[in-house]
Amino acid sequence: MTLSGFPDAAPLSGLMGGVLIGLAAALMLLALGRIAGVSGLAAKAIGLGGSGIARSDAWMFVIGLPFGALVVMLASGGFQANFASPLTLAIAGLLVGIGTRLGSGCTSGHGVCGVSRLSARSIVATATFMVTGIATVAVMNSFGLEVL
Amino acid sequence: MRTGIVSLASGTLFGAGLALGGMTDPARVRGFLDIFGDWDPTLAFVMGGAVIVMAAAWRVVPRMAVPLAAEQFHLPSRSDLTPQLIGGAALFGIGWGIAGLCPGPGIAALVIEPGAAAIFVLAMLAGMTGVRFVEGAKS
Repeated sequence: MTLSGFPDAAPLSGLMGGVLIGLAAALMLLALGRIAGVSGLAAKAIGLGGSGIARSDAWMFVIGLPFGALVVMLASGGFQANFASPLTLAIAGLLVGIGTRLGSGCTSGHGVCGVSRLSARSIVATATFMVTGIATVAVMNSFGLEVL
Repeated sequence: MRTGIVSLASGTLFGAGLALGGMTDPARVRGFLDIFGDWDPTLAFVMGGAVIVMAAAWRVVPRMAVPLAAEQFHLPSRSDLTPQLIGGAALFGIGWGIAGLCPGPGIAALVIEPGAAAIFVLAMLAGMTGVRFVEGAKS
């Protein structure tokens, strides 16, 4: 399915992917009583963050992420992905790591779990990272910086 | 044991959703953030689908005394808007915009482009650890 005016958009697979993400987060919430926030679970897995989910459970969730992606990749016969250079990835990764710890979450914890709960902190955080993400891409484009 | 299986199932579903939604392709994510250029709205459908399902799940929570496979709910209760929250989210957004990756897709992409994803994930974990050290030194 395509969206008129946006030849590159994949609205149907996007929506289906989103529903799967929502089901994953709902499973975490209703079965374990916890937020499926990837940055928090990754931090917990490497021993950061005090209380909360058992470290072994955090590892199981984190290991599931590439496993699920692998299943889709095998089922669909591989897919396109373009990644930035190693230096760019390292800088971006550092900022994402620092920012998600200071800001208590990322796209999943704030953007999906918190926004759907109408949490004020998550709505403000999501609006903030959307704005700075959009500004970053706009500034990079205006300087002709192509990273992918 | 049971909580481990639930966590693995949740992570697997999550990773499958990210891949199916195209979020493991940084070009698509940056295309979403490029609203002044060649905008790709796909991520809005991913977020929309996930938020709708989760909004339904949140409505079930008040009717449950305890979670299905745990002894109690552990949910964030803070509502204060702090400079740290906003500053952290701002930094995260800059990193997200630079490479088109956030934590979930970065980790899921370890099976798609292992070398590139590993650099991103290791740098992310280093950043997280750095924050811990600085906060530890302050207290």
